[in-house]
Amino acid sequence: MKAQAGEYFLQGNEACVEGAITAGVRFFAGYPITPSTEIAEGLARRLTGKDGTFLQMEDEIACISAVIGASWGGMKAMTATSGPGFSLMQEAIGYAAMSETPILIVNVMRGGPSTGQPTRASQGDVMQTKWGSHGDYQVIAFAPASVQEMFDLTVEALNYSEKYRVPGFLLSDAEVGHMRGLLRIPEDVKIVDRKELGRKRLDEAYDVPDDLVHPFPVFGQGHKAVITGMTHTEDSRIEPEDEKVHEELVTRLNEKVLKNRKDINKWDLMCPGSKTMIVSYGAAALGPMEIAAANDKVGLLRLKSVWPLPEEPIAEVARECDQMLVCEMNLGQLFGDIKRVALEAGCRKVELLSKIGGDPPTPSDVRHRLKQMGGV
Amino acid sequence: MELFDFYRKDRWPHVFCPGCGNGTVMNCFYRAFSDLGLSLDKTVFVGGIGCSSRIPLYINSDALHTTHGRAIAFATGLRLSNPGLKVVVFTGDGDLGAIGGNHFINGCRRNVELTVVCINNNIYGMTGGQASITTPHEFLSTTTPQGNKEYPFDLAEIAVAAGANYVARWTTRQVHELTLSLKTALKKTGFGFVEVISQCPTNFGRRNKMADPSQMLEWFKESSVRRDKARTAAVDHVDLNLAGQITVGEFVNRNRESYEELIGVVKHG
Repeated sequence: MKAQAGEYFLQGNEACVEGAITAGVRFFAGYPITPSTEIAEGLARRLTGKDGTFLQMEDEIACISAVIGASWGGMKAMTATSGPGFSLMQEAIGYAAMSETPILIVNVMRGGPSTGQPTRASQGDVMQTKWGSHGDYQVIAFAPASVQEMFDLTVEALNYSEKYRVPGFLLSDAEVGHMRGLLRIPEDVKIVDRKELGRKRLDEAYDVPDDLVHPFPVFGQGHKAVITGMTHTEDSRIEPEDEKVHEELVTRLNEKVLKNRKDINKWDLMCPGSKTMIVSYGAAALGPMEIAAANDKVGLLRLKSVWPLPEEPIAEVARECDQMLVCEMNLGQLFGDIKRVALEAGCRKVELLSKIGGDPPTPSDVRHRLKQMGGV
Repeated sequence: MELFDFYRKDRWPHVFCPGCGNGTVMNCFYRAFSDLGLSLDKTVFVGGIGCSSRIPLYINSDALHTTHGRAIAFATGLRLSNPGLKVVVFTGDGDLGAIGGNHFINGCRRNVELTVVCINNNIYGMTGGQASITTPHEFLSTTTPQGNKEYPFDLAEIAVAAGANYVARWTTRQVHELTLSLKTALKKTGFGFVEVISQCPTNFGRRNKMADPSQMLEWFKESSVRRDKARTAAVDHVDLNLAGQITVGEFVNRNRESYEELIGVVKHG
């Protein structure tokens, strides 16, 4: 089963479904929640039993648990949700990080906290994606800004999740998830599958590889793998009292993402070298994109991956500009980190345009803010 | 299969206290599994959090030691992604009936082929003896120092009502019957549930005048009433109250189509 190459006029959430099928997802567990439900409905039509499994579970905790279980059975597996469901999933996200389980979680963000604005767009879960579960861990997250990117970045998130054995995230929102637009599905899409242990014995895999990612022991192949969320050694022995084992494990789990940042990070640059640079991502970047396209004094660094934070391109842009405007649909969640990187790189002025309530900042919102800064 | 082919001897010493019922359940399970000639390479053991949920870590096969209460949800995904695997869940009363209650009833209802063994010791043992959803009325625990004012859940009756294909309950005193029921559950298509009332002398018995494990086993023997007899005697079998009686036996043995059969999943390529 694969998505048919060609051109389509689709909704963002529907493009995500095509991306998932293309990347090889054959297991989905979901629970209805606005504004992500079209992804579950789309996959219910595609994964009909013989060619893959669709499950509607009793809650979002069950969804992500089933998805992690399916990944250990050897399948590419994913779930899709929004704020309240995402909050319920946090404990198991930490489990996926600790047990190094490749899975995809699509969060079509809506306004929070709590039930908030079920039908309106937001980027309020960006920090939760990185910090929502207890303990030190890293994730890989992408933020699409178009129907095409709902497809492309679903594939990327799955690829990198498989490659690094890390939970992967697609941080969409009600705006991008529900927008309609052109989707081009190419004939050849690059797909990455997890590195499996295969016929090797588990004890042959103890040495830490260069990319810090151990081969994956699929269940049912005689590896006798013990998978646990407790502190464990490489030969899956639980050692919750051993300081050294804990330090080595958690350090490696973090470094395998942070040290491979250059491989993971994706971004788009418009009008590089401008004295005023906007940094934005997802639906918040729609207004800035129009401004940067129409005005050669204003450039835009649009982050397509948000975790791990693409510090190198932010620093590079910061070195060359006089002032920077960070544009987000929250009260400034990535702003703090971006400002730190930009100031360290020598940029003197870093300001925030934040907009909450459901609509992305319009081009005139951005123009108005730039005028205040003296950039246009 | 020899006993030490079944267990990971290199993982000893285990975490269980002297007198714990887990060893009895493990031995009965080993006999059932071994008699049926099942393959450890094609079986995955799944556990949640708690003493009984540690059992998968001592068995010589693939094991998934999951988050608290979610073992059935993990096992559901695992089984449906790879129907060539036999999936067995070891869980306890807190893991299954309290924090995991939603997954338990929906697991029974969904009827995916899982063998779920719940070792019900009526207490949170690993955390030091707090009241659980099966602690009998008026019994003592560290969080019910004046006696438990709540009434316990009847896990087996819940499983019957929720739709499991096979449900049985025994105590660690009835090893022969327990072994037979584990065999039946392992052979069952669809959701099989075996509840074992077990002794926790350290954290249950000690606070309730039964510090010696043999006192608890004696108590199980005296309190056990076969379900068929309990019915005819018009005993209120829905309220499992160890202070009064423990209803034991096969609660249901039926053949509803499993979820796998209904969606036509045989084996994924």
